[in-house]
Amino acid sequence: MGKLIGWIDDRFPLTKMWNEHLAEYYAPKNFNFWYFFGSLALMVLVIQIVSGIFLAMHYKPDADLAFSSVEYIMRDVPYGWLIRYIHSTGATAFFIVVYMHMFRGLMYGSYKKPRELIWLFGMFIYLALMAEAFMGYLLPWGQMSYWGAQVIISLFGAIPVIGDDLTLWIRGDFVISDATLNRFFALHVIALPLVLIFLVVAHILALHEVGSNNPDGVEIKKNKDPVTHIPLDGIPFHPYYTVKDIVGVVVFLFIFSTVMFYFPDGGGYFLEHANFVASNPLKTPVHIAPVWYFTPFYAILRAVPDKLMGVGAMGSAIVLLFFMPWIDRCKVKSIRYRSSIYKVNLTVFAISFVVLGWLAMQPVTSTITMLSRVFSIFYFGFFVVLFITSRNEVTKPVPDRVTE
Amino acid sequence: MKKQILILLLSILPLAVYAEGNVHLEHAPIDTSDMASVQRGAKHFVDYCFSCHSAKYMRFNRIGRDTGMSDAELRENLIFTTNAKGAPTKLGALMTVAMTDDYAKQAFGAAVPDLTLEARARGVDWVYTYLKSFYVDPHRPTGVNNTVFPDVAMPDVLASLQGMQKAMYKTEEHQGIQVESIDHLELEQPGSMTEEEYDAFVADLVNFMSYLSEPVQNERKSLGWKVLLYLAVFFVFAYLLKKEYWKDVH
Amino acid sequence: MSTDVVDKDRRRFLTAATSVVGAVGVGFVCVPFIESWLPSERAKNAGAPIDANISKLDEGRMLTVEWQSKPVWIVRRSQQTLDNLPKNDDRLRDPHSEVESQQPPYAKNEYRSRKPEFLVLVGICTHLGCSPTYRPDIGPADLGEDWLGGFFCPCHSSTYDMAGRVFQGVPAPLNLLVPKHYYLTDNTIRVGEDGEAA
Repeated sequence: MGKLIGWIDDRFPLTKMWNEHLAEYYAPKNFNFWYFFGSLALMVLVIQIVSGIFLAMHYKPDADLAFSSVEYIMRDVPYGWLIRYIHSTGATAFFIVVYMHMFRGLMYGSYKKPRELIWLFGMFIYLALMAEAFMGYLLPWGQMSYWGAQVIISLFGAIPVIGDDLTLWIRGDFVISDATLNRFFALHVIALPLVLIFLVVAHILALHEVGSNNPDGVEIKKNKDPVTHIPLDGIPFHPYYTVKDIVGVVVFLFIFSTVMFYFPDGGGYFLEHANFVASNPLKTPVHIAPVWYFTPFYAILRAVPDKLMGVGAMGSAIVLLFFMPWIDRCKVKSIRYRSSIYKVNLTVFAISFVVLGWLAMQPVTSTITMLSRVFSIFYFGFFVVLFITSRNEVTKPVPDRVTE
Repeated sequence: MKKQILILLLSILPLAVYAEGNVHLEHAPIDTSDMASVQRGAKHFVDYCFSCHSAKYMRFNRIGRDTGMSDAELRENLIFTTNAKGAPTKLGALMTVAMTDDYAKQAFGAAVPDLTLEARARGVDWVYTYLKSFYVDPHRPTGVNNTVFPDVAMPDVLASLQGMQKAMYKTEEHQGIQVESIDHLELEQPGSMTEEEYDAFVADLVNFMSYLSEPVQNERKSLGWKVLLYLAVFFVFAYLLKKEYWKDVH
Repeated sequence: MSTDVVDKDRRRFLTAATSVVGAVGVGFVCVPFIESWLPSERAKNAGAPIDANISKLDEGRMLTVEWQSKPVWIVRRSQQTLDNLPKNDDRLRDPHSEVESQQPPYAKNEYRSRKPEFLVLVGICTHLGCSPTYRPDIGPADLGEDWLGGFFCPCHSSTYDMAGRVFQGVPAPLNLLVPKHYYLTDNTIRVGEDGEAA
């Protein structure tokens, strides 16, 4: 075996990569619960790709055949139902994991220098993921697929001057149709997965270049052993974090399987009731809401009474996150050593995100609209308050070495 | 803080079930693992619903396999049709019907919906309550209406079994205007079944429709606990392994 | 820094045990994906029998119909053709149709058919699946003096006689398949199903 590896190493940097990224990649030893979600996200990406490939073997991207091809998978293909549920549960799992992963970044200042690029790659991954999910959702061609796409694509019509031509170009037809379905299929199955893979590789390379952050926000590379040059608070990713992440994976799969085998519909949130009805261009379902993971942004969209301004608000809610490394001017990274103002601010932000999500799923009433506006203000307020207070924020002294 | 977020997330899960027009839905008393009930429901479906409503994503032979009916029993109880060439419908055929959308629109004013996924789209409680909620309404072309699905185009197919119901009204004041609405339904003319018999009949039918919408549900749940058991075992090994290696780290 | 001695044996055991349990899991996960490639219910039920009208079929001619996406031949054989069949027997691999899989019981006879006059075969060579050509002509130059009519497969030159029986010395191992069939009426053969005449 050693000789085989030697043969490969002479021609390909196998052992070099193994060392650089696993056996000699020194990660801080104080990773906590919040640090499971990066590897979990990678795993869910693999799960979605594998289950997606197998679904694509039976699914028909044709307006007349799509809906029944999904039922064909559920009933006629051996274990088709299992593969379908893996993919639908996986989509929800992906966003839960990614939101937890992003929240960790916010809490511990993982977006700060020198990790700005990791954050930016991550934000692009988030965008690509949202596009991927949106296009995937059209494919079953149910009522919610059709009308959800109708609503979101018509948002592009709000853009002045080019709006109508743009929506026509996106749809490939005057209404959501077979043309739209087929191109979304190609993008969902091939283009966006390739983009996601590329971005994930870039994200991890950028991380490994600089080294991981940790819950104390302490730079472990500042304290290295004088002889070995290994960070004193670092431990090799393999075997310590491979072994720890396996435990994380098992717990995750336990929860994932509980949902997939016992609540695949997710009470109507993971597989929406309206989507069990084949799409009908003449009849809109009573309540259209996007899938749960888009709902906070949808709430912001609906809160603004003007179509173009609503789109702008929704867009900036996402775009502002890109600028976190420059909005947050505090030099201290981790929430553990920051001011109460910051802690309250971040808590309010998190609560607003969740509440906005819930509000988006309620039918439109004046109370709901009022609350959506209030919580949208809280949401945007986070960035404003952060920008203002972070410059001269009163922080606690940051330790030199990590704490347990 | 993570506890607070968890509590917040859990408290948001909605628990109420509602229908269009906010009619209270009765809970459908079905046990999806009761295959005898599903079998009875299949017979009811074919007897009463299948002349107009298709179940076009379902195959006959699957019902036979899952509810323990032989091929002969399937043919005797569920298959009474021939295909386009005049040969008896195959056991593995999809449960389509001969009625076209155009005919249905002429006869009833609306296309007859396929019922394969109805229980998943509307929920079993909705279907159960719907089938018990027809009442006499001379203003409708069919002579009946339904509190769960106002102005439905479907006739009261099960009237001979349930009997005919009539609507009892109540008057309420909304913003100074007297508004009349239906308070409850009462049996006006008995059918061939008692109320208990009819409820059991509908329960079986709804149980079948629940099965129709996801035939694999029992297998899914049975595979589920095996997977969870495996993961629990794997967890023990993975956790011990982690603990062992992490002894190195202080 | 660890003050305990590393228990290498315990580590090795736990690593091995976890790997084995994990590998078992991976194995189980592969099963549904691999099984999803097996024929679906739709494929299994797609074999609808077809009805062939033989009223216009002249003696010596062949009619081809499609069943389960395969060619099915119906050949109307002359009495002379039927009389010639035994002459091939000692040059055939399986002259008495002993291989059960290649015909239903009612075709296990010297004519390999229900009625001697009509031969019903699935037109797929039992070698690698090409569709042979119909060669009823007697003693043609390319097939030789003793050719009494039959089928010739262009892909690898397998030959069959006028009852679909395979010759020795050719790559094909088995007689051509006789599908389930019966006479719905004297003029109609239903292919794909067994049954009694109406």
